[in-house]
Amino acid sequence: MNIKELYQEIILEHGKNPRNLRKTENFNKDAMGKNPLCGDNVHVFLKLDENKKVEDISFEGSGCAISMASASIMTDLIKGKEEVEVKEIVSDFLGMIKENPELKSKNLEEDEKTKLMCLSGVKQYPMRVKCATLSWHTLISAIDNTQEEINTEKLD
Amino acid sequence: MSISGIKKEFPIFSNKIHNNDLVYLDSANSSQKPQSVIDRVNEFYTNEFSNTGRSVHYLAVAATNLYENTRSSVQNYINAKDKNEIVFTKGATEAINLVANTFGQKYLEKGDEILITELEHHSNYVPWHFLRQSKGIKIEFAEINDDGEITLESIEKKINSKTKLIAITHLSNVTGAVLPVKEITELAHSKGIAVLVDGCQGAPHLKLDMQDIDCDFYAISCHKMYGPTGLGVLYAKKKWLEQLPPYQGGGGMINDVKKDSITYGDLPNKYEAGTMATAQVIAFDQSIKFLEKVGIESMIKHEQELIEYGQEILKRNNSVKLIGNPKNRAAVLSFTIEGVHPHDIATILDEDGVAIRAGHHCCQILHDKLGISASARASLGVYNTKEDLDQLNSSINNCKKIFNL
Repeated sequence: MNIKELYQEIILEHGKNPRNLRKTENFNKDAMGKNPLCGDNVHVFLKLDENKKVEDISFEGSGCAISMASASIMTDLIKGKEEVEVKEIVSDFLGMIKENPELKSKNLEEDEKTKLMCLSGVKQYPMRVKCATLSWHTLISAIDNTQEEINTEKLD
Repeated sequence: MSISGIKKEFPIFSNKIHNNDLVYLDSANSSQKPQSVIDRVNEFYTNEFSNTGRSVHYLAVAATNLYENTRSSVQNYINAKDKNEIVFTKGATEAINLVANTFGQKYLEKGDEILITELEHHSNYVPWHFLRQSKGIKIEFAEINDDGEITLESIEKKINSKTKLIAITHLSNVTGAVLPVKEITELAHSKGIAVLVDGCQGAPHLKLDMQDIDCDFYAISCHKMYGPTGLGVLYAKKKWLEQLPPYQGGGGMINDVKKDSITYGDLPNKYEAGTMATAQVIAFDQSIKFLEKVGIESMIKHEQELIEYGQEILKRNNSVKLIGNPKNRAAVLSFTIEGVHPHDIATILDEDGVAIRAGHHCCQILHDKLGISASARASLGVYNTKEDLDQLNSSINNCKKIFNL
C-alpha cells in the first residue's frame, strides 16, 4: 500500500485545520481520552438538546494528523444527529476500521460515508488504528456518561 | 574487525522492509544482534543446556562455568575491581529497582532526598517515586540548560544536607547529552552522597571504567549493547552489595534455611534469586567479544563522525528542529518537524525502510519541560553509515512533501 493512501489530501487538510477544535459553551456531556503510548489526548464536549439531538460537538487535544483528522471529521458528521443515530454510526465506523470492508449505517449519507472511508487506510497500519479510533471511543464515553477516561491501551 | 562492512555481521540487514533496505535508526530503543550472539543462544540450547549452580553433572558444571565467564568478561569490559560487583538482572530497569528497593529500605527515611535530573528515563524516576509514596522521601530534579545538558552546576544547586543519593543518566536518550558523571560523582562523594548512573545509553556508546567514574551503582541494559533481551547488569561497589539487604528471595540466594531463621548466600548469589536468564548471560559474552573486536576507540570515533554528520545535515534541513544542542553529544538525534506530528513522521519514514522512534521515549518530564508532547528520534548503532543518515534526510524530505511543507 502506498503511504499516500493513508495520508490523503482530505486527512492532511482536516489534520491541519481541524473543525470544531474548541470547547462547546454550556456542554452537557464530555469525556477525556488518551493514548498513553504516544501521549496523544482528546477531550470531547457534547451539547444535546431536549430531544437528544446533537446541538453542538467540539473537541480539544493534540495528536497526529490521523487522530486530529478523525476527530475533526467525526465532529463534523455527527452534528445534528440524534443520540441513537450517533451510537450506531460510531459502532459502524469502529467495525469498518477493525474488519468490515465498508460502512453500512443507514444514518449516514453517501457523501458522509465517502468522507469517513478516507480513514480506512489505517487498517494497513495496525499501530495507527488507535490514533483513528480514540476520539470515537471518547465520544461514546461522553454519551454514556461513564465518567471514565478512555485509555487506548485498555480497549480491545 | 573493520567497521566498514560491519552490517554483514548482522543478519537482519539482509531483509527488505517494504521492499527497501533496512535503515535501522532505533538502537537507543534496542540494538540489532550480530550473528555470533544469535548463534551462541542457539548453540547453548542445542548442545549445552543445563541450569547453573545446582547440579554436579557435566552439563551443569559447564553451564555454570560459561555463566561465570560472562561475569568476568563484564567485569573486565567495565573495569570493575571485583567480579562479585557484577549482578545479573532481567534488565536495567530491574537493576535500578533493586537499588531503590534495598538502598531505600535500609538507608532512606522520611524527608530524605533523591536527586535525579529532568533528562531521566521513567525507569530512573518511577522506582524513586515508589519510595516517595512508601517512605515519604522527596525527589528533586536538576534542571537542563537551553542546550539540553545537565551541568555539574545544575546538580550542585540541588544538593543539600538531605540529599542521600544522586541518580543520573550517563547519556540522555532524547538530547544525546553525555553527562559529566565522573565530576558529579566526585562532588557527591565529597558530600557523602551515593551515586547511581543509568548506563542504558552510555554503556553501548562510551568507554566504561567503573574505577575511574567511581560511581556506586551503574545499570546496564544488555539488549541495547548488541546482546539478548531479558538481561541487564547492575554494577555495584562491593561495600554496598555486602551492606544492603537482599532484593528478591528464592532459590540460589540462600546460605542456610531453617524453620525459624534464614541466612543469605555470598555475593553475587545473594542478588541472583531463582533461575537466571542463563542462555542470555552466556550469549552476552559474545556481545562483549563483538565490541572488543570492533574496538571501543574505533566505535566511538565512527559514531562521533556519524553524529556530527547527522547534526550537520539535519540542521541544514529547513523545518527540522533538533532537540538539544549539547557540546558533548553521542548516538542520539531527536527532532521535530513544524507541522508534522512525530507519529506521522515515523509512519512515513517506515515506508522507506527507515526505522525511527516517535513519542516521548519514556521521558515525559523532559517533553513537558520542552513544551512538546512527542518527538521523533533517530539513534545510532555501530552498524550505521553516512548513507543511512542521507536516507533519513531524504525520507524526511519526502515526509515534508507529503505534508505540503
